[in-house]
Amino acid sequence: MTTEMICAGFGGQGVLTIGKFIAQSGMKEGKNVSWLPSYGPEMRGGTANVSTVVSDEPIASPIVSFPDILVALNQPSIDKFAPSVRKGGVVIMNTNMCPHGCPREDVDLVAAPMSDIALEIGSMMVLNMLAIGIVIGKTGLIKYETMEEDLNSFLKAKNPDLLEKNLAAIKRGIEIGQKHE
Amino acid sequence: MAKILMKGNEAVAEAAIRSGCRLYFAYPITPQSELIEYMAKMMPKVGGTFLQAESEVAAINMVYGAAGAGKRVMTSSSSPGISLKQEGISYIAGAELPAVIVNVQRGGPGLGDIQPAQADYFQAVKGGGHGDYHLIVLAPNSVQEFADMASDAFDLADKYRNPVMILSDGMLGQMMEPVEFKPAKTQEEINTLGEQHTAWCICPNADGDAKHHHEINSLELDPSVLEKHVNHMYEKYAVVEKNEVRCETYNVSDDNEVLCVAWGSASRIVKSAINELKKEGKSVGLIRPITLWPYPYEAIVKAIGPKVRQVYVFELNTGQMLDDVKIAVEGRVPVKFWGKVGGIVFTPAEIQEKLEACF
Repeated sequence: MTTEMICAGFGGQGVLTIGKFIAQSGMKEGKNVSWLPSYGPEMRGGTANVSTVVSDEPIASPIVSFPDILVALNQPSIDKFAPSVRKGGVVIMNTNMCPHGCPREDVDLVAAPMSDIALEIGSMMVLNMLAIGIVIGKTGLIKYETMEEDLNSFLKAKNPDLLEKNLAAIKRGIEIGQKHE
Repeated sequence: MAKILMKGNEAVAEAAIRSGCRLYFAYPITPQSELIEYMAKMMPKVGGTFLQAESEVAAINMVYGAAGAGKRVMTSSSSPGISLKQEGISYIAGAELPAVIVNVQRGGPGLGDIQPAQADYFQAVKGGGHGDYHLIVLAPNSVQEFADMASDAFDLADKYRNPVMILSDGMLGQMMEPVEFKPAKTQEEINTLGEQHTAWCICPNADGDAKHHHEINSLELDPSVLEKHVNHMYEKYAVVEKNEVRCETYNVSDDNEVLCVAWGSASRIVKSAINELKKEGKSVGLIRPITLWPYPYEAIVKAIGPKVRQVYVFELNTGQMLDDVKIAVEGRVPVKFWGKVGGIVFTPAEIQEKLEACF
């Protein structure tokens, strides 16, 4: 099976990191993965997106035309990528920054005030971890344990407080994702 | 060794170091800057020399000097920077020196943009600098292959005393994929590598014989001597053409109705389209040249099955490798081309549409 995902948002929201952690976990779980970022003269506040593919097969194109999963952290991301999501695909939308909503009715929409929830957990920095949690809860693309191990390996000594918040955000995301199953 | 998720730019740098490269000279440019950054970080840790030159021209001439000393040396840049290096590349080829040059292509001409493109095919394969010479040109299509090609490139450069170019692009440079590295060469192995060129390189002579004189030069004012030299280079190239052609075939069979030819990043996207067509019961094959020079002319001819109505070339340029495909096909079947330019990468859906129109 091949799962193609696009994550998009403002630069600084950590969308590239969403793809990176999912690719890394997928790799550790023995899958083939690819991670292709948008790059260019971009900065905080600009738009950023990343195509991530996780597959049991060798990956042909790392470019995703029709994503199975879209993580949209702001309205421009919905406007740009929602039209190409596969029928029945998953759209994860941050309602705090998507005032016009998602125009598709033939997709599985998980809409949540993700910015509010991130702040509630303790920092806007965990917004992307919340998104990863929703992906895990909703689709089971990767395992929570792999993510936890990965985060532990570099955050436990460096910043245990941030580690706790990140793990809390992922767990909260998983709950949200499972509720929408 | 476990797999590591890494950018192509970083992976090729790490692989070069593992292959015994201890000298690297370059000037930064997007989209290859992670490569120079990685070298800046790692070279001091392995006792190598990293130098950010004042310009691309300076960097390639440092490569010329280091290669003249018979050491494994590398430089890298992206399209406009590679243009600046062409004079030095011609000198290195003319002086028959081993060196590795990485081009992480971006859109052109001129400064163009910083997005992926394949518009430097002609420059890499058909010359670039002045004079009769060839680079050996390797074209990866994954992060793993990009890394593997570092050691291949050094081996080929040493074997034929000729500069080798790895022709990549912004997509392969920027994307991350799992990569598994070969074990790093030991200091002893690196020393042995250094000794293979003592017969001609500028180096201290073991016997202390001051009269033992080696010259590194690309200037030869006597036409009869230069003629001999160029002919000798072309005898060498004939051996390269005989021994070093590499390509990948994908889904090639007697059922193929269309045969695609694509290289580098573009070939990945074509593969996806071929997979989709397979589901529709439509048989399309792909030839992916891995060496762009020497070019796999014969492999293309061989892959044209009995039912193939058309050869379709897809590139991220306006049709450069297309010429070589036409040379290979020699009018046996029509050769069609479609590409995207300006740093825009075509999607699997677009290629699928183009291929479906052939049925």
